[in-house]
Amino acid sequence: MRHGSYRDLTIELLRKELRVRYKHLSLGYLWSVANPLAYALLYYIVFALILQVKTPNYPVFLIVGLFPWQWINNSIAVGPMTFFGNGPLIKKTLFPRFLIPFVVVLQDLIHFIATLPIIFAALALYKIKIGWPLVWGLPLLLIVQFIIAYALNLMIASINLFFRDLERILALFMTFLFYLTPVLYDESLIPEPYRKLILFHPLAPLMINWRNIFMKNTFDWKFLASSTIWAVGLLGLAQFIYKKLEWRFAEVL
Amino acid sequence: MSETVIRFDHVTKSYPLYHHVTSGFKNLVLNLPKAIRELRQTQFTALNDINFEIHRGESVAFIGRNGAGKSTTLGLIAGVLRPTKGQVTVQGRVSPLLELGGGFHPDLSGLENIQLNGVILGLSRKQVAERTQKIIEFSELGEFINQPVRTYSSGMMARLGFSVVANLDPEILLIDEVLAVGDKAFQTKCLEKMKEFKKAGVTIILVSHSARDVEFLCDRAIWIENHHYARTGPAPQF
Repeated sequence: MRHGSYRDLTIELLRKELRVRYKHLSLGYLWSVANPLAYALLYYIVFALILQVKTPNYPVFLIVGLFPWQWINNSIAVGPMTFFGNGPLIKKTLFPRFLIPFVVVLQDLIHFIATLPIIFAALALYKIKIGWPLVWGLPLLLIVQFIIAYALNLMIASINLFFRDLERILALFMTFLFYLTPVLYDESLIPEPYRKLILFHPLAPLMINWRNIFMKNTFDWKFLASSTIWAVGLLGLAQFIYKKLEWRFAEVL
Repeated sequence: MSETVIRFDHVTKSYPLYHHVTSGFKNLVLNLPKAIRELRQTQFTALNDINFEIHRGESVAFIGRNGAGKSTTLGLIAGVLRPTKGQVTVQGRVSPLLELGGGFHPDLSGLENIQLNGVILGLSRKQVAERTQKIIEFSELGEFINQPVRTYSSGMMARLGFSVVANLDPEILLIDEVLAVGDKAFQTKCLEKMKEFKKAGVTIILVSHSARDVEFLCDRAIWIENHHYARTGPAPQF
């Protein structure tokens, strides 16, 4: 029935997302760089200058953590709008709806990759050498984080059509999650009985691995396994919820 | 008679009234059993036990008062809605023009919307690119094609919408009242184009309140009255 492929559809939907996102902004891409850098500065002032955290190379430490965090945070935060903001398209045309969250997260992935030079520049500035774990670590983390981000976006986007309060709950939840994930602080600062829980945290192993491949030249396979299990589990759950609700999207929009 | 391309087999479509869920978390939790009971009971039946068949190459108009269930019928044919009971069978690629500006993103230009809608309607990017010039010419939008769609008047929106579906090889064309807002010249142009399609064997399904259009184009009409199938007959009787 379709002459065109999913690939063509994905390309056009992605182009639409990129165009719509920056339509009213003259600085465009600059915002995806400026935002985490501004936060890095703020956290540096609060934690290094005021609270005197002794983590070495703390500015780089923050930058390396905040960029991947911005990606996952964006993908989750825009979730409520993914389907809701595409009402006319869903109501009036037929195509696989899961492609919308797919391109939304794909766009976030592209932005993250586009900000990698900033991370490398920061590392160079502090004379931190990068090593081999980056070569396999980077693609693996990109894939696992993409799956987690896609699953969460799809799940939130689907549920939000039927339960609009989700948006409010989500904002609060993300703030909690941010402070309870070792992005601002090193995991070694977490006191012992709680530190064991990191392995079961949905995002901590991912974020620690991100930081380690850039700053410590290490890559923890146990953490990757944990993230992968989360990714597969969340994807399965998201797929289940989406399948249950999808046929009613056009009715509630 | 040629093969059946659309078949409605005892189709019922009802919607639960969703406002109970959207009234918020607190109400939902506090009145959970009541909320669920109400949700089950407050169903709105848009179509009740509808049966009909449409054959390849036919031009059919759906006629009925506002809210009778015509648009729901088209939504079911387009596949964006799913029947509550019964079965809808559609054979062939459906090009729906279901609502003014439906499927267009307001912030994208006319041209960008053509590219997006083309692939959504099932063509490849290459096929869309080959036809873009023809679409722009047909729409007569000129320079406006590079302006965001939100700046368009409803007539311009109808022009763009029809031009897209009309130039992308429709097999089954669904048009829901959108032509009424275009000017006379463009309405005539659209009707001529649809007449051409009809000759070429395209199945055309029209919802219209214009007796003139229906008579000009359609072989027969199907009356939907009060959510029920009422009757079918040759279009001129309308």
